[in-house]
Amino acid sequence: MTTSENVRESKVHKITLIEAVTMALAYEIEHDDRVVLLGEDIGVNGGVFRATAGLQQRFGKERVIDTPLAEGMIAGLSVGMATQGLIPVPEFQFMGFIYPAFDQILNHAGRMRHRTRGRLTCPMVIRAPYGGGIHAPECHSESTEALFAHLPGIRVVIPSSPQRAYGLMLASLRDPDPVLFLEPKRIYRMQKQNVIDNGEALPLDMCYTLREGEDITLVTWGAMTHETLQAAEELAKEGISCEVIDLATISPMDEDTILESVEKTGRIVIVHEAAKTCGVGAEIAAIVAEKALFDLRAPIKRVTGYDTVMPLFRLEMDYMPSVWRITNAVKETMEASV
Amino acid sequence: MTEVASFAINYLQYLKPSGKLNKKALPEFAKDSDELIKMYKLMTLTRVFDTKAINLQRTGKLGTYASCLGHEASHVGVGAAMREDDVYAPYYRDYGTQLWRGVDMENILLYWGGDERGNDYKNAPNDFAWAVPIATQCLHAAGAATAFKYRKEDRCAVNAIGDGGTSQGAFYESMNVAGVWKLPMVFVVVNNKWAISVPIEIQTATETIAQKAIAAGIPGIQVDGNDVIAVRAAMEEALERARNGEGPTLIETLTYRLSDHTTADDASRYRKDDEVEDAWKIEPLLRFRKYLTDIKVWDKKKEEKLLKECAEKVDVAVENYLNTPKQDIGAIFDYMFAELPDSLQEQKEIAIEAAKHRTGGHH
Repeated sequence: MTTSENVRESKVHKITLIEAVTMALAYEIEHDDRVVLLGEDIGVNGGVFRATAGLQQRFGKERVIDTPLAEGMIAGLSVGMATQGLIPVPEFQFMGFIYPAFDQILNHAGRMRHRTRGRLTCPMVIRAPYGGGIHAPECHSESTEALFAHLPGIRVVIPSSPQRAYGLMLASLRDPDPVLFLEPKRIYRMQKQNVIDNGEALPLDMCYTLREGEDITLVTWGAMTHETLQAAEELAKEGISCEVIDLATISPMDEDTILESVEKTGRIVIVHEAAKTCGVGAEIAAIVAEKALFDLRAPIKRVTGYDTVMPLFRLEMDYMPSVWRITNAVKETMEASV
Repeated sequence: MTEVASFAINYLQYLKPSGKLNKKALPEFAKDSDELIKMYKLMTLTRVFDTKAINLQRTGKLGTYASCLGHEASHVGVGAAMREDDVYAPYYRDYGTQLWRGVDMENILLYWGGDERGNDYKNAPNDFAWAVPIATQCLHAAGAATAFKYRKEDRCAVNAIGDGGTSQGAFYESMNVAGVWKLPMVFVVVNNKWAISVPIEIQTATETIAQKAIAAGIPGIQVDGNDVIAVRAAMEEALERARNGEGPTLIETLTYRLSDHTTADDASRYRKDDEVEDAWKIEPLLRFRKYLTDIKVWDKKKEEKLLKECAEKVDVAVENYLNTPKQDIGAIFDYMFAELPDSLQEQKEIAIEAAKHRTGGHH
């Protein structure tokens, strides 16, 4: 082995999704003086999920800041910091507590470049763990990405694996506009992957095809990629070939990858944890209906959370789409085909 | 019981409504009559501009406009104390401060005339544009101050809100964090007694707004907001403290909204004429002019010349504004992101094509 290969080798880490987030944050703090992390309990404590573990010790209190407990404040402060040359990375402890920040995200972060005609901009990465499945208390388990995907000027990015968490986080940190980076906390520690800590970002505004197939397109994102891939595996045994697409950037959406896939398969099922009505699945269904209706051989189907309040944890796994619901929806779609 | 903390709020005034001084020792800047005249001229320009803007709205040449009539001392006192490289986060009628800081009158007219280019300040490139949601800009100023402190720059952030804004969470949240972090910033509350139709008595049970600083552990002071010398003196002291690393200050400037809330409002529906008449007797320009005349640096002739100059400057700005062609509809897409995403490219093309086929509506 040459020396350079040794160096490269030493940068490979077998890590979880949350560790990949930490690694990407550390890389960028180290390489860009403008990056400043702020949030509740992110310093000494390293965040309630430990996404910022060790970062304050390593980079100091100026780079990793514990704030008073006020989410609207954290967002507004970040807007001010971003417009004056920093790249703030505010953490919201759980997505359920992000709503006081909604005003700042909608009325300021998303509008800043537009309303000042590019004079002031808001490069920032708003981080929040989201989604159900970890037996958390009330208001800790919702998936409301659609609320933010509806907002002009805001990118919404959701990783589904350690490698994509690392690459998409770096891309978000380097993006000149505000990004809401939602971390699917159910899979924070579900799997480990080899991730090279080389500072290489993955492209935003792009879907990732996780599995190629011929018969039906399954579009999903975040934690649900796991149930969807499992469903695809089971269906393959029954002779149904599924293409699985990870949306990754929820907004702005990469329509082309979805449309090309539907053109090939003629069928689509959309899977998301969030409630059904006005969910991101509705947008994908509308795009397919607008642009690929005549490629379809069966009606579009959605497998989603229900339009109810997210239940407390005894029932949460029954709320979220299961492998059975996905395989069932695929079979129904196959049967309904012309 | 033992008293564990006690507080007092001070009130600052140099110029009485009569134009006479109520203090012997003037702050340094006020000993320089040229500086005072510069401030008086800008206050006058602000008023001439404001009057013209209302007229433009009344004649259909401007959209809804929020007047700053009566706020001239509060505005100019704040602006004059700041340094050029400080950052200002205004609320939507802070024209006096902004004009002092180099925002062009055309910008103000363009914005209220429905054109985002109004927020592109060529000569105040780091200042925030008006925050329309109430008090949100307190947090932006705190964020700016955080950036200055982080980079160890000798700069301060200043935000202004109205009395209504002090009921908002953002006001308390920003003072709280600024107090904890000793941020280099000043919170200005222009207390003009009215938030549209809601009087100050309905906003708060406290005797002053300045005392709201106490809960954040920062100094608060109430000043006569119709006295430009008092406003600037309080600001200079607060900015000096901020630059010395001693943290933020809350300054309440007591003034009066002599106008309607905006041109879409009719204040006669909710407040009495005699209250407004009384407020006119203590307005800021009157007393400052009397003072400058008393110290023999101002006279009728200079006043006439100034009014003529102001009218000419305003006319040029109005002309420039009215002659600015509206933007192509494509512009609304061009500033959404640094690079236009594909999905927006498609919508942009539709919008450009649709604009070619549009009939009717205003231009």
